[in-house]
Amino acid sequence: MKLYPTIGLEIHAELLTNSKVFCTCSAEFGGEPNSRCCPVCSGLPGTLPVLNAKAVEYIIKAGYIMNCEISRFTKWDRKNYFYPDLPKAYQISQMPRPVCLGGHVDVTVDGEQKTMRINRIHLEEDAGKLVHDDIERVSLADYNRCGIPLIEIVTEPDFHSAAEVVAFFEKIRMMLQYAGVCDGKLEQGSMRCDVNISLAEKGSDKLGTRTEVKNLNSTKAIQRAIEYEIYRQTELIENGERVVQETLHFNDATGETSSLRSKEDAHDYRYFPDPDIPPIIFTEEELSAIKADIPEMPEQRVARYTGEYGISAADAKVLTDSKPISDFFEEAIRVYNNPKPVATFIVVELMRRINLGELDLDDMKFTAEDFAKLIELGESGKISKDNRKIILREMIESGKKPADIAEEQQLWIKEDNELLEKTINDIMAANPKAVEQYRSGETKVFGFLMGQCNKILRGAASPASVKAMLEEKLKG
Amino acid sequence: MDLKKQTLGSLREMLDTKQISAAELCKEYFERIKTTDSQVLGYITVTEEEAMKNAAKAQEAIDKGEAKSLTGIPLAIKDNICTDGIRTTCASNMLGNFIPPYDACVIEKLKADDYVLLGKTSMDEFAMGGSTQTSAFAKTKNPFDLTRVPGGSSGGSAAVVSAAMAPAALGSDTGGSIRQPASFCGVTGLKPTYGRVSRYGLVAFASSLDQIGPIANSAVDCGTILNTICGKDSRDATSANKPAEDFNAKVGKDIKGMKIALPKEFFAESTDEEVKTAVLAAAKKYEEMGAVLVDCSMKSLKYAVAAYYLVASAEAASNLSRFDGIKYGLRGEGRTFDEMIRDSRSRGFGDEVKRRILLGNYALSSGYYDAYYLKALALKQQIIKEYNEIFENADIILTPTAPTVAYKIGEQETDPVKMYLADICTVTVNIASLPAISVPCGYNADGMPIGMSLVGRKWDEATLIQAADAFEKSFDRRYSEV
Repeated sequence: MKLYPTIGLEIHAELLTNSKVFCTCSAEFGGEPNSRCCPVCSGLPGTLPVLNAKAVEYIIKAGYIMNCEISRFTKWDRKNYFYPDLPKAYQISQMPRPVCLGGHVDVTVDGEQKTMRINRIHLEEDAGKLVHDDIERVSLADYNRCGIPLIEIVTEPDFHSAAEVVAFFEKIRMMLQYAGVCDGKLEQGSMRCDVNISLAEKGSDKLGTRTEVKNLNSTKAIQRAIEYEIYRQTELIENGERVVQETLHFNDATGETSSLRSKEDAHDYRYFPDPDIPPIIFTEEELSAIKADIPEMPEQRVARYTGEYGISAADAKVLTDSKPISDFFEEAIRVYNNPKPVATFIVVELMRRINLGELDLDDMKFTAEDFAKLIELGESGKISKDNRKIILREMIESGKKPADIAEEQQLWIKEDNELLEKTINDIMAANPKAVEQYRSGETKVFGFLMGQCNKILRGAASPASVKAMLEEKLKG
Repeated sequence: MDLKKQTLGSLREMLDTKQISAAELCKEYFERIKTTDSQVLGYITVTEEEAMKNAAKAQEAIDKGEAKSLTGIPLAIKDNICTDGIRTTCASNMLGNFIPPYDACVIEKLKADDYVLLGKTSMDEFAMGGSTQTSAFAKTKNPFDLTRVPGGSSGGSAAVVSAAMAPAALGSDTGGSIRQPASFCGVTGLKPTYGRVSRYGLVAFASSLDQIGPIANSAVDCGTILNTICGKDSRDATSANKPAEDFNAKVGKDIKGMKIALPKEFFAESTDEEVKTAVLAAAKKYEEMGAVLVDCSMKSLKYAVAAYYLVASAEAASNLSRFDGIKYGLRGEGRTFDEMIRDSRSRGFGDEVKRRILLGNYALSSGYYDAYYLKALALKQQIIKEYNEIFENADIILTPTAPTVAYKIGEQETDPVKMYLADICTVTVNIASLPAISVPCGYNADGMPIGMSLVGRKWDEATLIQAADAFEKSFDRRYSEV
């Protein structure tokens, strides 16, 4: 019996609005506990929620990039349950009339393209956070996160492996970042994933009993939780036991899942239309204005990079796989409009530094403009290409301007013609055989002679002038 | 000074002509409160210190000739309307210690006029009830007969106006909570069109039905207050953006030709004979003034109370969930969250509130939602349709405000269903979002006041005030003797 997993996802993503979804408090991450809340988001009696229009705009953008249909009529509902991090004891969410319906996103897994269907995307509010102090034996509530706008992306059960889920999650994360609606910062909890998973015999048209693993907040956790659940459910089924329908928690430390509540303990959320928030009816004009405002998505950037700039498809993919990198590239070529060498140096050198952990794009001492200037110095022959790496390292460490570093470390190419001529004469004298070979037509030895000269000159002349004079002298 | 005979107009004139200062006027009311409220129990909190500060500020404006219509006018505020720095209890042990850090929108507007706050009035707990006997702090009595209820839920507001402990007050109306106590206490109460007045800062009972409105000695006084408190508020998405208007603009204009509809179901057997007689006599008087009476019918009225209690309780159950003892209000005990929340709510809420929370949660729970909540919403649409049909051939509708006069304290509280059915005359107005005004129109053999209700088209408060004022001018109103 070969068991086959079927997986569906609920992905929560926090929207990048300045203010919260139903009040004017800052929606920024962090802050002193309870410094970013007001009578409205802390649920004081008499206060009322007012919908943030920007959040609505953002979920519509999210819907469009995932090929959803946008409901012309949408409304909000109350999801009622008691929990200390939920000040009103209900979450404002959407039940029968979400903003986005249907939709699909393509992902490539192991070289194979697959289409994953989206069931719906709705807009809701985040809850606060509880901090449990086991020593004092108290629980403290922080309502800063309360009322941050969240979209919940619900997929169809179209996934059959952890790799597919991870590829999809990463793709969604990148798309939301490009659309400017979510920062995708997993370490700040900007995106969380609930995974529904069941096993059945391959080819069977009946699905097995599913479990739901809640609140996975990294791709690693998603991967491990799915793999563990597949293992656990397989063991159960193969031992003739039954999988129990329940909600699970994934423990990062042990790599195992444990039960939060069973089906019998499931809440009855008593959804009903929120009478404080009037439904919205969108006009075609409003929707097309929002659609027109969606920024360039990664596929479009790749096309531009390969088409207009002549960058290789592989490099274009590396550049666009990370929006911060791609944005850095865009900024650099605005200052120095020579995309190919800028792209190459990013892919080869900058990415290497980032991958080595020497550099964090979010927290850099230099700007894309400085970086562009560095490339320009190399391309115009003012410094040698090798020395660009030395200068970049210094920029990473001190944040000094590339020209200042070249000056301090004397990395300028000096164009010392006397030294150049002497060096070439010396090298030619020391390598008569090579000179002879060149003159008899074996021009490939030119590179060897050139290298010998550069070794001695070390930036005292630009490669172009070395090449010119050496050629002249060889021709005699 | 005979406070009973005063209107906002007469007080305005005395203040503007310096016959009395704002501080002196305010003291007159506190004297009256001191001698009278121990019998009536209309106030939960009396705010003398705050009032004297308000009065001083008002006097400055008056002296500079910058008085607005409510400058220096003392008012009482129902205790479910938030007042910055002043305890707002909703007459519940749950909020006995709750001091809001903000003003309701209506309070901001009154403050902009430099009104004077006399105090916070009692009510049924969380505005749930029609007798003010579910108040945890002040079981208000009817000034016409202290052994009777003042009505509710705005019973405190109606009673303090009736007993001249305030010239006017704010109440809130979810299913009749302004009109019925106004009727029981022999004063005038206006429930504005839903959306006319911001609900920001009104502690929610049933959000789709709640509306703040005035209780006063005349329809014109109600109009004066509504002029100040109405308007779009960016903090209440259900408040409407309507052009400014003077709700008293039509006062004094001839009502000749005005079509007044009398839906027969409101005059059924369950309505007290003396009430019917008084309201029909009022109709007769309108006819004498040149109005045209129109017979009409509202077939779904018999389902209205059921529909109302399902919708109102469902919303209430959700609205009152926030009272969990975690952030403010009464904090219970327990080893876990669940235990603590349970203890807070068990101790904080009274029986009537618990009854409605249970009813509301039942109506919303899975398996029952379609049968109860959705059906109630369908009835709402039906009631709106029937009102629209009546208004095709009428300008206003005339009904009794309540099937009976104020009953004896302790008489009806044992039978909740009977109490709910007494709301039959008022609830459809809230369901259909319409404006309505209750005006005293007679007295029964015991001398208890009888009220009639005029119901208008959406946003047509001005016609209601015009018609109510026309009647008031011809009516020999009595004052309570307390």
